Amino acid sequence: MLIFEKSRTGRHLTLLPKCDVPIVMPEEKDTRTLDLHLPELSENDISRHYTELEKKSRGVNDGFYPLGSCTMKYNPRINEDMAALSGFTEIHPLQPQSTVQGCMEVFKTAEYYLTEITGMDHMTFQPAAGAHGEFTGILLIKAYHTSRGDTKRNKIIVPDSAHGTNPATAAMAGYKIINIDSREDGCVDIDKLREVVGEDTAGLMLTNPNTVGLFDKNILQITKIVHEAGGLCYYDGANLNAVMGTVRPGDMGFDVVHLNLHKTFSTPHGGGGPGSGAVGCKEILAPFLPKDMVEGEVGKYHFVNAPQTIGRVKEFYGNFLVVVRALTYCMTLGKEGIPEASSHAVLNANYMMNRLKDLYDMAYDEVCMHEFVMGLEGLKKETGVSAMDIAKGLLDNGIHPPTMYFPLIVHEALMVEPTETESKEILDEAIEVFRKLYHDAKTAAESLHMAPVSTPIGRLDEVGAARNPILRHKF
Amino acid sequence: MNVVEGLMYSKDHEWVKFEGDIAIIGITDYAQSELGDLVFVNLPEVDDEVKVGEAFADVESVKAVSDILAPISGVVCEINEELLDAPGSINESAFDAWFVKVKDITDKDNLMDAAAYTAYVESL
Amino acid sequence: MGSYVPHSDADRKEMLAVCGFEKIEDLYAHLPEEVKLKDGLDIPVGMSELEVRRAVSSMASKNKIFPTIFRGAGAYKHFIPSIVKSVIGKETFFTAYTPYQAEVSQGVLQSIFEYQTMICELTGMDVANASVYDGATAAAEGVAMCKDRKRKKALIAATAHPHIIDTIKTYCFGNEMEIEMIPEKDGKIDMDYLKVHMSADVAGVYVQHPNFYGTLEEAKEIGEIVHEAGAKYILGVNPIAISVMKSPREYGADIAVGDGQPLGLSIAFGGPYLGFMACTEKMTRQLPGRIVGQTTDNSGKVGYVLTLQAREQHIRREKASSNICSNQALCALAIGVYCASMGASGIKEAAIQSTSKAHYMAEELEKIGYTVKNNGAFFHEFVTTSKAPVERVMSALEEQDILGGYPLSNGTILWCCTEMNTKEEIDKVVSILKEV
Repeated sequence: MLIFEKSRTGRHLTLLPKCDVPIVMPEEKDTRTLDLHLPELSENDISRHYTELEKKSRGVNDGFYPLGSCTMKYNPRINEDMAALSGFTEIHPLQPQSTVQGCMEVFKTAEYYLTEITGMDHMTFQPAAGAHGEFTGILLIKAYHTSRGDTKRNKIIVPDSAHGTNPATAAMAGYKIINIDSREDGCVDIDKLREVVGEDTAGLMLTNPNTVGLFDKNILQITKIVHEAGGLCYYDGANLNAVMGTVRPGDMGFDVVHLNLHKTFSTPHGGGGPGSGAVGCKEILAPFLPKDMVEGEVGKYHFVNAPQTIGRVKEFYGNFLVVVRALTYCMTLGKEGIPEASSHAVLNANYMMNRLKDLYDMAYDEVCMHEFVMGLEGLKKETGVSAMDIAKGLLDNGIHPPTMYFPLIVHEALMVEPTETESKEILDEAIEVFRKLYHDAKTAAESLHMAPVSTPIGRLDEVGAARNPILRHKF
Repeated sequence: MNVVEGLMYSKDHEWVKFEGDIAIIGITDYAQSELGDLVFVNLPEVDDEVKVGEAFADVESVKAVSDILAPISGVVCEINEELLDAPGSINESAFDAWFVKVKDITDKDNLMDAAAYTAYVESL
Repeated sequence: MGSYVPHSDADRKEMLAVCGFEKIEDLYAHLPEEVKLKDGLDIPVGMSELEVRRAVSSMASKNKIFPTIFRGAGAYKHFIPSIVKSVIGKETFFTAYTPYQAEVSQGVLQSIFEYQTMICELTGMDVANASVYDGATAAAEGVAMCKDRKRKKALIAATAHPHIIDTIKTYCFGNEMEIEMIPEKDGKIDMDYLKVHMSADVAGVYVQHPNFYGTLEEAKEIGEIVHEAGAKYILGVNPIAISVMKSPREYGADIAVGDGQPLGLSIAFGGPYLGFMACTEKMTRQLPGRIVGQTTDNSGKVGYVLTLQAREQHIRREKASSNICSNQALCALAIGVYCASMGASGIKEAAIQSTSKAHYMAEELEKIGYTVKNNGAFFHEFVTTSKAPVERVMSALEEQDILGGYPLSNGTILWCCTEMNTKEEIDKVVSILKEV
């Protein structure tokens, strides 16, 4: 039941004292006459309503969540405690700089950790999410070319295996997109790349490990080809959780990266946000960074604007409390813990893949990084059971499904990313469920078409929702 | 699969009906069945030029967007605004659910008749 | 070092053996040697939870918490009911992903549907999205929504928050929309300029109301001028103010945007906040970001799904109108709880108290020789001259743990009151300033 339907006229909480100054109302021409329907409830009503909604949701705390490309690792609670400190939550963004030295220290310290992990020289925390970071990073590239008068560079190269945000970002930044097909192994086709680069190349957007979970071994050659053509290289940090402490985007030849602090650095996803899409760059792009970069020493920090700044991408300094969480995580793990997290993310993925590959077709049967992709096209042809059906079957077994139908270059794809915080027992259990569903597909396909049956609701009519959109409750 | 006699067809699964100097364009029954339940249609504006082989409209299903490629070249003289409110009519009756009417027609030589199109689809 | 990896040595060995490896490093053996980091990361070793707690808390303690705040300028300290923090602290809510798997995400989806409804109610608009990053990005996305094939220019009120203007400019540097500023005239936009410059290529006009100085613009008249020229009207509003002031719909807006922070989010050094976006039904397809819709399942049970997804980047890729692929879901949840606990009467009370206190303070400051500079009515922010150098005014207040108004570049001060400020606090500020 919607919260509005639980409303009872006159019910309310007592929250504010009486006004202690004479009442002033807006002039009549600016006074609202439109009704305002908000629920009228007791605190108990509200508490129970949201407890009910919580029970109809699923988080990492509820169980295994191997959602590929999303890095659903455990969200440490110390991070939450630190982000709830009143010394952070009660600070006004426009306080005098002498009174926010602690917040600036958070930014500067997080920058120190994350530039070392990525091999970059600077980092801004203004972008609020991965896509926002991509936008910021691509604008840095655009500002760089523009500042050199090199305005004929109007194309960004994106492999067909890329996340949808990559081409959307480049388009939002005013670029034409050159899609290049991947090789059969999902890696960049060097010959095709050579064909498309030229005087109009502004840059290349890439993630490595790539979206099929493989490390592109030609990476140095790839970034060199783009650089030699005068373009810059953008690293989508979506898959950084595979390689921290082993390889760094900066050493692979990338000029600018974005990180998803809500993936790799353990801050919670919050049901879709808030996240943080911190952007790191090499020295050549520093003059264009967004406004309000922190400079100086402990106790003497101050904000500065880069000389040719692209401006702001957000009203203030970014999702500050998310940065507090990510910094807490970095400090907890440190020099050994960060690489340990990555190597065990890779171990968990390879373990699951090896225990499943006798049944399921792996899109690429080689050592994967932190995630692997299964292609269920064969199973579907044989049994009629699709990737969607297997996903829904997992729901009935208490497992959040992997990412479905991505990357687009693999048909009937299921992309599994276990993350490092899952134990062997959890993986073993999940493996057994995957195996059971495979057998169900062969013997009882019909039951999988009907799945899920144990969830609060069955498969929803998405066509109806899109054809006749009901986007709000009507009073 | 339904194919209507008397219409012309493109390899990209559009149908064309010639009425005097005007061509009426839609997508075939085969196309709609491949695309699945459609939930939205983007149409061009009147006076837009369309060029053979290039996208002039797109259709959305729940999880995909597909370009509709012009089977001929010309200038849009009317659009089917009813489609905007009822994209499902394409699934129900693809040969009635026309997208646009085009005038000043050129590049119409590569179209197939119903028999050729039926054979073409069967070969896919 | 701290670690969240649960593997025992025996687990690790067994798992590596399944993969055909001996050592953990073998997993990276196929990577080219020349890109590998040779000496490990140059960062400090990890710490225990207690050590980390001390280190991070020590950073927090280097900030000054002002118990009394008279500064707004985009971040407003309002009352937050206790229930808000308790709900957003529920583990499943904060550890959930974007609700792609609708069958196990009905709670998150329903909370967003309820949030969308509340934003529609507050703004008076037909449709709201599931939220964007903050008020500034909502304004920038709102401007981008108006662009079409014939109209590629946006007029932006110079009286808007400078950071919002900056953000709009950055987005337009990206999408290559032309921007023209509507100049300021006596603290409001220059209406004559607007009338003359509404050319046929103007796609949209963005106005903040109340504006950066707290002053009410001629919001209704502006809308009429904009519509007469066939352009779209984007109104940036404060969500608490519109509970008693005319809603964007009543002013004729096509798109309403703003920052949801006043509705139950802490000021938190600038974020996370939330940008709300609402529009007329006609513009639904242009609305960026996630949208939740109501539908039914295979047995006819009412449920909620992410809908109209084909507008979005993961399907449209480079043809998408925006690259946004998330919303500030947990902030939207907080706003839902805030609106439910305050109710319409509570939010209106907060609004009335905010504006009443601002007017009281303005009068009291005038009594001691500060001149209110607002040209016409203001809501809960106002600008005064300063009798003494602004720095001295601010440090005198700071010594008493009061964060004074925001100093503007021309030597004036932008003050803000909310229901949090008591008469006693206002009187104290006035008595301190009397002595400066």
